[in-house]
Amino acid sequence: MAEAHPVGFQWVVEAKKRGAQVIHVDPRFTRTSALADFHVPIRAGSDIVFLGALINHVVSNDLDFRDYVVVYTNAAAIIDERYQDTEDLGGLFSGFDPETGHYDPATWQYAPRPGSDDVPGGEPESEADSGVTGAEARQSHETAVSDTHGSGGPPVPHKPARDETLQHPSCVFQILKRHFARYTPEMVEEVCGVSPEQFRKVADALVANSGRERTAAFCYAVGWTQHSTGAQMIRTASILQLLLGNIGRPGGGIMALRGHASIQGASDVPTLFNLLPGYLPMPHAGLHHDLDSFLAGQEGKAGFWGNVRTYAVSLLKAWWGDAATAENDFCWDYLPRMTGDHSTYTTVKAMIEGDCKGYFLVGQNPAVGSANGKMQRMGLANLDWLVVRDMQMIESATFWKDGPEIETGELETEKIGTEVFVMPAASHVEKSGSFTQTQRMLQWRDKAVAPPGDAMSDLEFYYLLGLKIREKLAGSTDEMDRPLLDLTWDYPLDDEGEIDAAAVLREMNGVGPDGQALSSYTQLKADGSTRCGVWIYCGVYADEVNQSRRRKPHWEQDQIAAEWGWVWPANRRVLYNRASAAPDGTPWSERKKLVWWDAEAGRWTGKDVPDFIADRAPDYVPPEGAKGPDAIAGTDPFIMQTDGKAWLFVSSGLADGPLPTHFEPAESPFHNPLYPQQSNPVSTWVAEETNPLNPNYSDVFPYVYTTYRLTEHHTAGAMSRTLPYLTELQPEPFCEVSPRLAAERGLIHGDWVTIVTARTAIEARVLVTERLRSLRVGDRWVEQVGLPYHWGPNGLVPGDSPNDLVGITMDPNVYIQDKVGTCDIRPGRRPRGPALVTYVEDYRRRAGLGTAHVPGRVNGTEVDEPVDPAVDKDGVHEPEGGEA
Amino acid sequence: MTFTPESLFGRLDDVQADAGYDDEHPPRMGFFTDTSICIGCKACEVACKEWNMVPDDGFVLSGMSYDNTQSLNANTWRHVAFIEQPVDVPVPEGSGPRPAAAGTDLGMPTVGVPQGLPQINDQEAPSGDGGVRWLMSSDVCKHCTHAGCLDNCPTGALFRTEFGTVVVQPDICNGCGYCVPSCPYGVIDVREGDGRAWKCTMCYDRLKVDETPMCAKACPTQSIQFGELTELRERAQARVEELHDQGVEVARLYGADPEDGVGGDGAFFLLLDEPEVYGLPPDPVVTTRDLGSIWKHVGAAAVGLAALGAASFLGGRR
Repeated sequence: MAEAHPVGFQWVVEAKKRGAQVIHVDPRFTRTSALADFHVPIRAGSDIVFLGALINHVVSNDLDFRDYVVVYTNAAAIIDERYQDTEDLGGLFSGFDPETGHYDPATWQYAPRPGSDDVPGGEPESEADSGVTGAEARQSHETAVSDTHGSGGPPVPHKPARDETLQHPSCVFQILKRHFARYTPEMVEEVCGVSPEQFRKVADALVANSGRERTAAFCYAVGWTQHSTGAQMIRTASILQLLLGNIGRPGGGIMALRGHASIQGASDVPTLFNLLPGYLPMPHAGLHHDLDSFLAGQEGKAGFWGNVRTYAVSLLKAWWGDAATAENDFCWDYLPRMTGDHSTYTTVKAMIEGDCKGYFLVGQNPAVGSANGKMQRMGLANLDWLVVRDMQMIESATFWKDGPEIETGELETEKIGTEVFVMPAASHVEKSGSFTQTQRMLQWRDKAVAPPGDAMSDLEFYYLLGLKIREKLAGSTDEMDRPLLDLTWDYPLDDEGEIDAAAVLREMNGVGPDGQALSSYTQLKADGSTRCGVWIYCGVYADEVNQSRRRKPHWEQDQIAAEWGWVWPANRRVLYNRASAAPDGTPWSERKKLVWWDAEAGRWTGKDVPDFIADRAPDYVPPEGAKGPDAIAGTDPFIMQTDGKAWLFVSSGLADGPLPTHFEPAESPFHNPLYPQQSNPVSTWVAEETNPLNPNYSDVFPYVYTTYRLTEHHTAGAMSRTLPYLTELQPEPFCEVSPRLAAERGLIHGDWVTIVTARTAIEARVLVTERLRSLRVGDRWVEQVGLPYHWGPNGLVPGDSPNDLVGITMDPNVYIQDKVGTCDIRPGRRPRGPALVTYVEDYRRRAGLGTAHVPGRVNGTEVDEPVDPAVDKDGVHEPEGGEA
Repeated sequence: MTFTPESLFGRLDDVQADAGYDDEHPPRMGFFTDTSICIGCKACEVACKEWNMVPDDGFVLSGMSYDNTQSLNANTWRHVAFIEQPVDVPVPEGSGPRPAAAGTDLGMPTVGVPQGLPQINDQEAPSGDGGVRWLMSSDVCKHCTHAGCLDNCPTGALFRTEFGTVVVQPDICNGCGYCVPSCPYGVIDVREGDGRAWKCTMCYDRLKVDETPMCAKACPTQSIQFGELTELRERAQARVEELHDQGVEVARLYGADPEDGVGGDGAFFLLLDEPEVYGLPPDPVVTTRDLGSIWKHVGAAAVGLAALGAASFLGGRR
């Protein structure tokens, strides 16, 4: 965190000054480790074992916060008796279809309450009931539907039968206990390379700092997200935090340290293929024929997601204004539809295959910053047109003349047809607008200076582009053009003639029938009388004031600092904070009080804005058949979940199982000691010639690599290695290895080394350092090669890009790639030109890539037998775009 | 201004008055750099260069941990040292930063990192043994109470400001370089290709308009604190005691003592090990300490010589 988020880390330092204990678990010893009370070196990709063992430690020793767990989580829920765990099936859950590589979650559902007319989990309430089972589940998973529940859980068909003693063999708590039983400290030592003493130290610290009087927080970054089991790594931490009662309480929680300013905003508003603003799912062409079929299965369920129609209609009204009417389904048909997986890596493959013809890169440099740089560049080289909006001439704009494939002859400039349009972009100080950070906080920036030359903000660019397109389409009678022509595109301009960013924020906030800014999403209506661009942002412009621009210093406020910026939803600083009080509404402890029930006033009150229905008494029990918010009991803090509980066990919505399970990374030197199933059975591999995988347990690729960042540079480097003051701080590409690995391979501190995977080989200087530890895993050493990934052929100090080494295997929930794989490392520089291709080919041949391990699922299509995309029938690699 | 023995050495409580400022002068301002919370982000280095338009220091991968600017010099006025060392002792629980390594090299004071390259050992120890420590520290000009650079500057380019800081005026500096060996810390330096001497000004232009110097402004963890020197010294003392209470016995202040060899630093530090570990001289003494006695001796010698000459002259008359 100190390494990649130094500004946020000031609060960790502050906490430490006040006596907080800081523990850092990371393969490398970083600037965070230097400040931490202790550092636990861990093998990259083994986090579920470490966290799972902590869960096991808690549940086996009755260290959980039982009063919290029973009432606030689904620990007591009883699961369908047909459910089978990884314990029973060697690493698989029930419902796995080896043909498709998908899970059918029918047997993961809640058992119906005795005497109720709930239907067992296998039978959804209606045909279009949210893709819980069967074919719909498959389509849902293809479109990463689990990623679309950012502001609530996926719907469950009914509330579960419960056993509040937590003893029923099919209750979640018991299933969880059995599931994690094999995650022991000994297993941690064998898989993670962490000693039992070190593990115990972490476990004790965590338990001692949880409960009524104390809370503990987790912070994570791409060390968890960028794995083929990434979503489940974070789930493991969530389960642990729920068991310890650390969610919804001050000082608790799990903080996602995002990769970039406003990445949170990019999911909220969003820039993802499968989402509409406010985490409404993007409609699917095969499933959602009209608004009713889109909302069926979501609407009316318990919790605030039950009001989804008001959010969806208000969004359509914000976009199409008066053109959206009840008669035309509020222009529902204007929305684009998904037909499958359109995520970034799948789109790159579509470029290579000629199915994707044009591309916008906005502040993104995939030729350096995305996994498998070669595949990225091969894709870009096969486009008709490419628009690059950036502040610098990035590699993704110049690959056609100076990319690594030009040097090797795999691409020839003359044969690349891509027309590249580079549009200079304004920096963050050259435009006004808001950032949304990891706490869901919107913070407004004012423009400090005008951008130089032709540079302009993204907002201005798209506004003008919209005007131009509409100008060209003016008068068109083609129905296809209506969505563009009917868009509300009438933004006010500021003093300098540019679109007023605050007006866009106000559009997101929404307005009522009187045209005045709304103050809460509970005011939204489904009849078309309200407009709201992002329902979760409703309130950021309350009272016609840009609330995100508030900058009252924290020393002039209480600890909540509610008047700094604005946090969605409703300026709540701690989500689900009803959980900070006991079921009876009194604070768990005086020390950790946040919100509580004021019986006299008949309202929830406290330091934060209560995240609960304001007058819902703690003893309220919803009547049978209640819908939406009315179905939330007085003891259901998780108001966005359709059963009001936090989910230890996830019945619907995840592609790879209801409970986190350790699988080895797609490339690993080790056998999975926990299960016969080696790697994530539903992980996705992009089948492409440029994306071969190293075989597991290979002597040719015996080391683990992990990519990471340095404080001194920013992501793909366009904003840092082009500036002398930042370049001089880390002036050359380098990798980091332990002294033991250096001795084993004859690597000399400061000299050149070559790092090789089946994708390519790169060169870098090597730092031999104790900060990279040799880890004892089972009866062998594991060595990890640390690869800061910021460099590329352009900039003040050019060099090879470590991301060229990385293969693309993805988490099946969110389509994020592994940052971990296997490699070889040798002293000396890499071969130049075509010799590099031969060099890597030789490695592939020696690794016997004909029998390469391939995960079960390839772009949603089944795999009959192992495929080696890198080697053709004769076993000779044919470079794409090379000489015929 | 009266020239007293205190002007050159020893405790001097009002350095501005000694330099000739009247009673209305502002309080002495300074830096307190608390290295126990430095995260090595180098924001201070960058912010300093941005504000003061200091050129880059060249693009050289030094191999000295993450320290590539390597030292304070004409082109680096804030410098973050990274001290990376193997540690064999287990880390006591909750002890905060790691204790000092045994057998630290107490070599000659240098500017920069004394131990750049890590020692190769066999790493036979199991994981999680706290096998390495990484100290980070942002170094800067000390703005000494008795500043050798200033005392030896023949042109008056170096002067004492009303804030008690020491600043070079580039339009007066003639590049003689006398200041360079005069600094007991090796801070001030002549810029290649320019010829003049450069160093930290504590952002004199910002102080003039009541603004915080850029490095302190940019520091995310308040490792660099700016303020009135007397207040900073109190704050620093409290911080040391706090760390001692937390069991971090190694914490100590450096440059905070007005009785030390430079009369105390205007920019002082909280360190977690001996100063030498950070490349700081353990007992800096202003190079002009003996100037007074030298003059006395010179005077005495001159008188003696004159007397001898007179005596021989008189003697010759006999």
